[in-house]
Amino acid sequence: MIRVVVSPANIDLAAEMALAEANGVGAVATFTGLVRADPGVVGDVETLELEHYPGATEAALEGLACEAQTRWSLASVTVVHRVGPMRPGERIVFVAASSRHRGAALDACAFLIDRLKTDAPFWKRETRSGTAAWVEAREADDDAARRWT
Amino acid sequence: MAIRMLYFAWVRERVGTGEELVDPPASVATVAALIDWLAAGSPTHAAAFAERGRLRAAVDQVFVSLDAPIEGAREVALFPPVTGG
Repeated sequence: MIRVVVSPANIDLAAEMALAEANGVGAVATFTGLVRADPGVVGDVETLELEHYPGATEAALEGLACEAQTRWSLASVTVVHRVGPMRPGERIVFVAASSRHRGAALDACAFLIDRLKTDAPFWKRETRSGTAAWVEAREADDDAARRWT
Repeated sequence: MAIRMLYFAWVRERVGTGEELVDPPASVATVAALIDWLAAGSPTHAAAFAERGRLRAAVDQVFVSLDAPIEGAREVALFPPVTGG
């Protein structure tokens, strides 16, 4: 089962976990990303806004989910990404992989979040002290994605 | 044939629109050539595309490098490096 959701709605962890656990397998690995306040010289992040490329974003996430299913024996893959405005502490992304045993589930979960960071068209814009700025891509994310190639 | 251009994030802001239809001559064969042709036709586009190394592209919703061909493309998107997750 592949579940990909790109939506402005809050991410409902209990509902997503229930779906991931409904596959009758022994292991579910998950990752949840939260919006950081990330204190900086111009103050904390007040709001974070996520822009995406409708259609292409969902296709990229489905492509990653399929690649994970090819690389590991998985019962299910879930990728939920929030878009639009959000505040520090709120969930921005949730990834889950379920399998018979923990090894495949844990590796697939790490693969999904690492590659999502570099392969899916999302752009973050943060507002600090009333001023908005686009977030720059990080080289550390490219390095993390490369370890799966 | 007309191509639907899409712009995202600061590329969208600098171009001043998220979407436009363009009709480049047949000699414009790659994404990079398309960027050059758009920049030559408008100072706003030229300024938006000035930092070529920071531009990424998709042709018909597939990520490509800037030297990728655009023959037959219906949709070309230009945007900064992605920052999701």
